[in-house]
Amino acid sequence: MSMLVQNMQYIKKRIAQGERLDGRGFLEFRDITVENGIISKAEASARVHIGKTDVVVGVKIDTGTPFPDSPDDGIIMCGAEFSSIASPDFENGPPGIDSIELSRVIDRGIRESHLISTEKLCITPGEKVWMVFIDIHILNDAGNLLDAAGLAALIALKNAKMPKYDSKTECVIHDESDGNLPLSDVSPVPVTLYKINGEFLLDPSWEEKAVSDCQITVTTTKDGNITAMQKSESGTMSDKEVMKAIDLSVKEGAKLRKKLKL
Amino acid sequence: MMGGTRPDKYKKLVVKGKRIDGRKLDEMRPVIIKAGVLDQADGSAYIEVGSTKILAGVFGPKVLHPKRLLDEDKAVLDVSYAMLPFSTSERARPGPSRRSKEISKVAKNALEPSIFLEEAPQVMISLQLDVISADAGTRAAAITAGSVALADAGIPMKGLVSACAAGKIDGNIALDLCGPEDNFGEADMPVAMLSSNNEITLLQFDGDMTKDEVSKSLELVRKGNEYLWSKQEEALRGKYKEVD
Repeated sequence: MSMLVQNMQYIKKRIAQGERLDGRGFLEFRDITVENGIISKAEASARVHIGKTDVVVGVKIDTGTPFPDSPDDGIIMCGAEFSSIASPDFENGPPGIDSIELSRVIDRGIRESHLISTEKLCITPGEKVWMVFIDIHILNDAGNLLDAAGLAALIALKNAKMPKYDSKTECVIHDESDGNLPLSDVSPVPVTLYKINGEFLLDPSWEEKAVSDCQITVTTTKDGNITAMQKSESGTMSDKEVMKAIDLSVKEGAKLRKKLKL
Repeated sequence: MMGGTRPDKYKKLVVKGKRIDGRKLDEMRPVIIKAGVLDQADGSAYIEVGSTKILAGVFGPKVLHPKRLLDEDKAVLDVSYAMLPFSTSERARPGPSRRSKEISKVAKNALEPSIFLEEAPQVMISLQLDVISADAGTRAAAITAGSVALADAGIPMKGLVSACAAGKIDGNIALDLCGPEDNFGEADMPVAMLSSNNEITLLQFDGDMTKDEVSKSLELVRKGNEYLWSKQEEALRGKYKEVD
C-alpha cells in the first residue's frame, strides 16, 4: 500500500498543530479488546484488537532436546507470520525482515524478564525438556502491530495449560492438561512510541506509522524495570528522547496492566 | 543474559572495580581501525575491538538490481551482516540466520541517517560486514567499521556513525562487554551515534535494568562513541598519510 505525498504531508501538518486525524490525543490508545482461549487445540490462545488491528497468538507446548549450554532449561521459541490476508504489503513465503524483527523484540521481552520459568520445564536433564512455541499471526494490519502482538502473547501465556506427559510411553497427551504453564509475576508489556515531527505518538494508525521517522519499543515489567528495547527505522533520537520514551512506556505499561488485569 | 551455569573462573565478573580482563568499568577494549584494506571494494575498513574482528566492504554506488527495490527519491543502502562459520566457539552455520537478518536491518537503520541518500537517487550502495572473529559487541563494531568503509568509498556523508555497548555485570554498569560478560551478565545495550549531531541511530537492549541504570549506560556509551569517532577519523586520515 502506498500513500499520496499530499496525504502524508497533511497528517504531518495536523500533528504539528497538535491533532491526530481520528481526534485522539498523542498518547491515547484506541479501544483494546481481548478474547481468550479461542483455539481449542492450542495450549493457549488470545486474540487482541487495538482499533482495527487484529492479532492472534497461539501457544503450543511440546517436548524437545535442550540446548547443550542449558541442559536443565525448557526452550522458548517465538515466531511471527505477517499473513498476506492482513495487508496488501505482506507477501506469502518465508518470514520477511519486519516479521523477524517484531518476533525477536517480543521474544526478548518474554525471555529476559524470565516470565516463563524455564527451569521448571525440565523432564529429563540433558535429554528432554518442554518447548514453548509462541506463534504470532497478524490478521489485519491497522498500525501498532508490535504492542498488539506483545499483549496477545502475554495474555495467551498467562492462560496456558501444560499438556500431560506420560512418562511410561514417553508421549505427550495434548488433549489432557496438567496444570498451568509455570510463570513468574512480571507481566512484560511492550509499549512503542513513534516519532513524527519530533513528537512522540502512541498506538499509530497505519497511515501515522507510514509517516513516522522512527520508533522505539520499551518493554517494562511490573516493578517498572526495563527488560527489552529496540529503536527501529532510520530516524534518530536524542538521549533525552530515549529517557522520555522510557518514562512514557513505564507509565503506559502500568496502565495497560491495570486495564487488562495482567 | 544467556543464563546457563557459570564456570568457576567467571564466578565473579568484577573484583575490586576490575573486570575479568583487567579493565576498569568505564574502559573499552583496545580498538584498532584501518581504512582501505580491500583492493576490489570501492571502500573498506577493518576493526578490532579486543578479539572481535570485522571486515567491512562497500560496493557502489552502482546500478540497482532487482529493479523493484529502486527508490526514485534516494539511494538504497543494502547492508548484509554475516558471522563467518569459524568466528565462534561452536561453528556458525553459513548463510543468513534470523539473528543476522535482524542485525543487517538495524545496522542499515543505524547508518542511513549519516548518508546523503537523496543526493543519488535510483542507485544502490552495498555494504558487507563480515565478522571474522566474534567475542561480543559484533554488531556495534560492524557498524563502526561500516561507517569508515562508506567514508572510504567517498560516499557523501553528514558524519561518522560509531557504536559500542554498555551493560550490567554483577550489578555494575560497564562499557563494552566482552564474551563472558555478555554471556553471564545481566544486561547489554548497544548504541550507535552520529558524530555530526550526537543523535542515537541504533539502540537495542536486553536484560534487566532500572531507568537510572539505562541513563548511566547512555552516558557511558556516549563517552565510548566519542572515543570511537576519533579512532575512525584517525583511520581515514591514516590512509592518506601512507600515500604521502
